[in-house]
Amino acid sequence: MSTTMDEIKDHGPAHHADDVDRSGAPLVAMEDISISFGGIHAVDHASLDLYPGEVVALLGHNGAGKSTLIKILSGAYKGDSGEIYVRGEKASISNPRDAKAYGIETIYQTLALADNVDAAANLFLGREIMTPWGTLDDGAMEAEARKVMGRLNPNFRRFKEPVKALSGGQRQSVAIARAILFNAKILIMDEPTAALGPQETAQVADLIKELKKEEIGIFLISHDIHDVFDLSDRVVVMKNGQVVGSARTSDVTKDEVLGMIILGKCPPGATPGPGAAQ
Amino acid sequence: MSEATSNTSPARSSPTIGAGGFKGMMRATEIDTRMLGMIGALLVIWVGFHILSGGTFLTARNLWNLSVQTASVGVMATGMVLVIVTRNIDLSVGSILGVTGMVMAVAQTQYISPMLGYDSGLVWVATLAVGLICGLLIGGLQGFVIAYLGVPAFIVTLGGLLVWRGAAWWVASGRTIPLTDDNFKLLGGGSDGSIGATWSWILAAVAIVLILVGALNARRQRKRFNFAQKPLWAEGFTIGLSILAVIAATVIVNSYLLPGPLARRYAEANGIAIPDGGLEISFGYAIPVLLFIGVGIVMTFIARRTRFGRYVFAIGGNPEAAELAGINTKRVTMMVFMLMGMLAAIAAAISTARLSSATNAQGTLDELYTIAAAVIGGTSLAGGAGTIAGAMLGALVMQSLQSGMVLLGMDTPLQNIVVGAVLVVAVWLDTIYRRRAA
Repeated sequence: MSTTMDEIKDHGPAHHADDVDRSGAPLVAMEDISISFGGIHAVDHASLDLYPGEVVALLGHNGAGKSTLIKILSGAYKGDSGEIYVRGEKASISNPRDAKAYGIETIYQTLALADNVDAAANLFLGREIMTPWGTLDDGAMEAEARKVMGRLNPNFRRFKEPVKALSGGQRQSVAIARAILFNAKILIMDEPTAALGPQETAQVADLIKELKKEEIGIFLISHDIHDVFDLSDRVVVMKNGQVVGSARTSDVTKDEVLGMIILGKCPPGATPGPGAAQ
Repeated sequence: MSEATSNTSPARSSPTIGAGGFKGMMRATEIDTRMLGMIGALLVIWVGFHILSGGTFLTARNLWNLSVQTASVGVMATGMVLVIVTRNIDLSVGSILGVTGMVMAVAQTQYISPMLGYDSGLVWVATLAVGLICGLLIGGLQGFVIAYLGVPAFIVTLGGLLVWRGAAWWVASGRTIPLTDDNFKLLGGGSDGSIGATWSWILAAVAIVLILVGALNARRQRKRFNFAQKPLWAEGFTIGLSILAVIAATVIVNSYLLPGPLARRYAEANGIAIPDGGLEISFGYAIPVLLFIGVGIVMTFIARRTRFGRYVFAIGGNPEAAELAGINTKRVTMMVFMLMGMLAAIAAAISTARLSSATNAQGTLDELYTIAAAVIGGTSLAGGAGTIAGAMLGALVMQSLQSGMVLLGMDTPLQNIVVGAVLVVAVWLDTIYRRRAA
């Protein structure tokens, strides 16, 4: 990662060409979302949006509320207040099935794989291909799995084994394959590269660029700015459940974003949010 | 595509094999090695008891009895697999068996038979339906409390163990209720509740055809998606072995002959002339055993070919992941317990019919034998792993131990000590196997 740090210093903040079209309705807008657990405001009046083909990095310390906010979008939690709009229309998301119906797919940090079944069963979990007789069509599912895995990870061969037998990178590609298999419009990646080696991290970066071209909007959630800075078009920083501010990645430096994360201080290039330090 | 598929045969999916040898050959046949281990253990138990008992264990009569005795607990063990796979437990199945058996007996003698007529052929159907509904409701209630109210299954079914045993007493104030319907009694086996030599062979033939069709279908599926085929010799080997097993079982049950007086009565009832050399009328497969096998096939189908079965295993592997994948895990959990309740009712029908009456204590301790059968059969108490066929074999192993010890004239306390010790040792061996396989 040291080379990228140098690049930023050499070329300044304009290293990143931002060609996202933000004129239409956002793909997703979360407005004024709050949720508390036992009196603790995990998310406190947070707002967030995402445009087609845009990569938004959601940053903050552990416990800043970013994962909780995004779990409300993916249907794992139900917010106490606030609205979610998908393509300008109000969406009601109360469970993961609802989210998937809106084209929102999530790759969780834990990957959320059923370890005891094989890759194909995981890819189609909850959305199995059935035969005309109403039974599982394992052949068809395996064939589809081979197709999509061939695109993501051509060396993958272990289709018959339970996923617990796979390596970290292989498990990650199964989780990613599951998210993109069903024509996701909005992709949420929670700490996508935290558990990966350099080569696999590069693969994920390439994949994100591919998906951008297909006009998919992506949320990258991370507590480590180095993982996501170069991949993102925009950064949104959270602290203590509130949004500190957001900025186009081309308008800020890594150090400035670090300041937002640690001190809650907004630099001139950023739009302050309710959580910005005065 | 061709290169990708040629490398992805399940036989070669792991790089360590290729070397071939016996291990590679076993891999090619796709036979589960731990299943093979269980069959081996069963054979050791059988031969051991045969020698110790001075040649009375491996007789047609004893094996036939063994098959009938296994049926009731075996039926419940198939459901217990799914319960344990979802990381739950059901301690109440013995009591559910007791109460549903009692309900069926009371319903039959007091309501169904008087209403439909004592010689109506529908009495047994109605009785069984009452039992199944009763089991479904009990299982549904327990499942609801476990899944939706969040009370641990251990506690709910421990409560159920007491509640339903009490309810069984309460249904008939502790009396023993004799069954009235002769058709229903056929579910318990015996000389009348067996299908005879001819039908046994017909069923065997049907089973063989199904084995062949199944194998052919599997090949066609693999061809459809260009997956690597199982080598022909391996295919032939497994098919041959299955067919041989069917034929051997049929020969055994058919060589158990009706004893003289029973045979004479049977001949008179059916108008058969008694030949000079004496009668040779075979028992054939017992109806409860056929019911057991039928339940096993249906449960295997449910576990492996339906959405519900896939979800059951996914929940066992990672409940959170299943929830995030959009699976209604609460509903699936409740359905598992409903299924378990119905299977307990089928087991109740078998054991009630076998005794020709319902007693208050029926099914006492069966929950422990059922759980033991499932666990010996390779169901992991950690959840997520287990097979129906394994549990059926496990039930047979448990029953073989018990029958064998009875044949040897061992005291009940000593029998319990042996069964308990075997359970622990079997699970210990399985733990070692799993650690090696991982």
